[in-house]
Amino acid sequence: MSMLHLVNKSPYENGNLNTASSIMKSGDVLLLIEDGVYGAVKSGKASAMLEGCAVSVMGPDLAARGITEDKLADGVNVVDYAGFVELVEKNDKVQSWL
Amino acid sequence: MKLTIQVNEGPYQHQSADSAYFFAKAALEKGHEIYRIFFYHDGVNNGTRLTTPPQDDRNVVARWSELAQEHDIDMVLCVAAAQRRGIVDDGEAERNGKDATNMAPGFRISGLGQLIEGGVQSDRLVVFGD
Repeated sequence: MSMLHLVNKSPYENGNLNTASSIMKSGDVLLLIEDGVYGAVKSGKASAMLEGCAVSVMGPDLAARGITEDKLADGVNVVDYAGFVELVEKNDKVQSWL
Repeated sequence: MKLTIQVNEGPYQHQSADSAYFFAKAALEKGHEIYRIFFYHDGVNNGTRLTTPPQDDRNVVARWSELAQEHDIDMVLCVAAAQRRGIVDDGEAERNGKDATNMAPGFRISGLGQLIEGGVQSDRLVVFGD
């Protein structure tokens, strides 16, 4: 059983990314959407929370916020909405951290 | 794969109303079935046909109605949330003595049981909110 964790808040706004990344089990995937994409920025204070997690991030939400892919932490996977759907397919459960 | 989508936020208020739409569209394009879209809390504001956004802006409500019509999707507004926010269909207008209705095409008003049933009947429940 694997779970897809959705985080849509900046880690500088609330603790959802911290909670999700600490609760995630091996095999789970974290997808950062909306303001959640700020958590994927390289050398941001939050990027340490992502260590050891499989992290994907929504490309359209990065683009809307002017974050280019070269600004992302290493190992972060950029997806589009079709990729979002694929992550929902691949994982048995979807948890939105709202 | 069968999906139920929950939308908790209104249009032009929070990105989640847009995220949910684009996710639903992508899922349909990949051949998945959307069993139900359940609009809860401020999400019921996605279902008012009286919205008139500027011409150069997206029409979130019309976009939902078109998606529902094109793919025969069951789109449900939570009744208690809709009553609080003045989203009214014929039945609610009669029951509550209102002189107008404003529900957009493709939506219907029903209870929270529809969310639970959607979750039970679907392979995945995906929630969009604040």
